[in-house]
Amino acid sequence: MHPAYSVILFTTASGAGYGLVSWIAYTVLTGEVQNGAALNTVAFGLGLLLIAGGLLSSTAHLGRPERAWRAFSQWQTSWLSREGVVALATFAPILLLAWAVIIRDVSPSLAALAAVLTIIGAGVTVYCTGMIYASLRTIPAWNRPVVAPIYIVLSLTTGGVLYCALMAAFGRDIGSVGWLTLLAIFASLALKAFYWGDIDTAPRKWTAEDATGLGRFGRVTPLEPPHTQPNFVMREMGYKVARKHADKLRWSTTLCLGIIPGGALLLALLTGGVFAVVLTLAAVISAAIGVLTERWLFFAEAKHIVTVYYEGGAV
Amino acid sequence: MTALPATTEKKLGLVIDLDTCVGCQACATSCKEWNTAGYSEPLTDEEPMGADPHGSWLNRIHGYEVKSAEDNTSRTVHFPRSCLHCEEPACVTVCPTGASYKRVEDGIVLVNPETCIGCKLCSWACPYGAREYDYSSGVMKKCTLCVDRIYNETFAPEDRVPACVKACPTGARHFGDIGDPSSDVSQLVAERGGFDLLGAFGYKPVNKYLPPRPKAHDNGAAAAEAAHAETISSTPPEARLEKFFAWADKVLSR
Repeated sequence: MHPAYSVILFTTASGAGYGLVSWIAYTVLTGEVQNGAALNTVAFGLGLLLIAGGLLSSTAHLGRPERAWRAFSQWQTSWLSREGVVALATFAPILLLAWAVIIRDVSPSLAALAAVLTIIGAGVTVYCTGMIYASLRTIPAWNRPVVAPIYIVLSLTTGGVLYCALMAAFGRDIGSVGWLTLLAIFASLALKAFYWGDIDTAPRKWTAEDATGLGRFGRVTPLEPPHTQPNFVMREMGYKVARKHADKLRWSTTLCLGIIPGGALLLALLTGGVFAVVLTLAAVISAAIGVLTERWLFFAEAKHIVTVYYEGGAV
Repeated sequence: MTALPATTEKKLGLVIDLDTCVGCQACATSCKEWNTAGYSEPLTDEEPMGADPHGSWLNRIHGYEVKSAEDNTSRTVHFPRSCLHCEEPACVTVCPTGASYKRVEDGIVLVNPETCIGCKLCSWACPYGAREYDYSSGVMKKCTLCVDRIYNETFAPEDRVPACVKACPTGARHFGDIGDPSSDVSQLVAERGGFDLLGAFGYKPVNKYLPPRPKAHDNGAAAAEAAHAETISSTPPEARLEKFFAWADKVLSR
């Protein structure tokens, strides 16, 4: 599948933003919430910037961005529409939570309610994003139960690393968010390893013989292409660049998204102080590169059934 | 609405005969010609005279080699591919705006060019590659089953068929109600063993394909050929020489 850069940017940026606000909501519920308007303003500002910026960038791949508002209407059947509706609704508890944490004139129970709704809204939005891909049976590499959970753990990983770096930069003790982020990093690595093994060993179910219905007469191979230059279908679904480099890119994803930020965060938790500032900043940069590579590879590695009409073989 | 109708009153669609299709592209060009001025926005071509000409077409004609494992012989099959107007199409249900819909009255799957946002998700959901995005107008294009021809009362009744059906020079394309078992197309499907593309995938395509007929030598032609070769080789050489002289005599006597 052709990786649209606006979609990669949207899913990774808004994922990190939802992860970040979810971790702040978690600290509100555990009572570990950080004091100080400056840190909280920067944290919520960054979270909302990533979420809103991501949502806006997702409209850049639309043919008619000015009609994007119509996408809120079909939530009964479409995961894309559900994502839009939940994303919009989740702004309310996030803004209420920001008010509660920064201005602090909200009752504790209302703040707790905002925190719970923020976590639920963020989780459901990221789950909907994952389901847009996971629900497509035409793309076997995406149509797997593990795909939507991966979107959620990657959101918690990137958002967690970001929040740890902010706390360290403002001279705070990272606390339990750091240890739980380590857990999320470990879960990301485990799920991605499982995912790659799963797509590599899954049987290729759909053949050119099934697609043409001509299998009963023998083996089907393309002879005359229907057009001389690639059309939309081939440009969109027939992307091949990454498959050649898949092994290297998977390895660099593991390194940048897992091993480096995991190691840096662990050291930061053990050392603290100025070391923590540098180490968590390195973790953020590495995780950003890692998640962008992961998302690009997620698109570029996935093969669409329609390619058997053009290339023969099986998907 | 992108929710699918439970049933449709008719199941209008095409029956495509892979035995008689000669791959001439008349259906594809006729489709393009009609639909660029038809129901949706024009079917724009990018760089039509340049190095990388491409554009939206609603019908694509592949040619396949089909090689039998039994006798190692090959046949060429011309294979038109377009929207199958599925009974349960995910291209409709994934649409976030309701621009894609399936009509209750005849089962035709359409895109409203006024409300499509060009997110391309429907093209991802289609296993048949039937939807082609138009880079120029920013909306998705697909076969309309020539909805602006088949009900067009300004046309003579025999012209109220999709442009591809009207254009086919070998009669390889048939149009009708596949939901009505007594219709001509349904009877053709029953008689010739019409099949679904990717039936196991479960979108329940309405369009059907008719398989190529058995090859000529499969139904006795090979036997006749062998018998003929036998006749020649079993004729004694003297008799053949006499035949030659008889022929030479006839020619020279003219």
